[in-house]
Amino acid sequence: MSGYDEERLGRLLAALPPAPAAWVKAAQDLPFLRAQVDEIVARAEADAVFRERLVADLNAALEAEGYEPERRLVDEVRSRLEHE
Amino acid sequence: MAATSLTDGQLVARCRRGDQDAWRLLVERFSRYVHAISIQGFRLSEHDAEDVFQEVFARAYQRLGQLRDDDAVRPWLAQLTRRACLDRLRAGARVDPVAEIDAGELDETLELLEDAWFVRELLEQLTENCREILDRFFAQDQAYATIGEELGLPPGTIASRISRCLAKLRSLAEGRSEAAGASGGQSA
Repeated sequence: MSGYDEERLGRLLAALPPAPAAWVKAAQDLPFLRAQVDEIVARAEADAVFRERLVADLNAALEAEGYEPERRLVDEVRSRLEHE
Repeated sequence: MAATSLTDGQLVARCRRGDQDAWRLLVERFSRYVHAISIQGFRLSEHDAEDVFQEVFARAYQRLGQLRDDDAVRPWLAQLTRRACLDRLRAGARVDPVAEIDAGELDETLELLEDAWFVRELLEQLTENCREILDRFFAQDQAYATIGEELGLPPGTIASRISRCLAKLRSLAEGRSEAAGASGGQSA
């Protein structure tokens, strides 16, 4: 007797529903996000004017450079700039 | 070798080499597990669970190089998730939330998820049709009519297909469980 009757199998299958697709996509995009952050921070280190623009208004500066200023990118860049 | 057929260890090795497709697959493979621990195990709100979910995969991405045994990526992710859930509960609590967690209930849920993972791995051995139909019905809670429409099957045949696929899954589960029992190992 293994205990894997149909009812139990059904319960076990139901125990792992899919995570919301948007969460999965965001986590899958992490390497891309990381690359963008590295690029922005490297440029800020090399270009004082760009760094000043970032510090003055991060969202506007990112948008002006063609980046989509979504929350995670903004948070990540802000945190890196504060700690660099 | 197709990325989907990679073992956990092979997948981790590819991620470490910077293979973005492997990373996408790793997230896809373990997303249900991480999600279930925070929602069912720690009963986090959707909002907190989403933050934990992103935090766990962000930490995993950063620390993949520190993983000692690539094949042990799932228990490692489980540990990262448990810690992140506890941190989240502590951050918003006036009293120590850890004291309020029913340890017995939590252990029971985590054990159930281990068993559920074992069954999900067996599911991979069924035909794509069986996998799809069982996942849609049980895990995605879809009605016969929706499944029939999505898979181009008459709704009247869905129940019998589910039953046949479950019987195959049961046979695999019992076979594995007996084999593990005979060798003195664990079923999951």
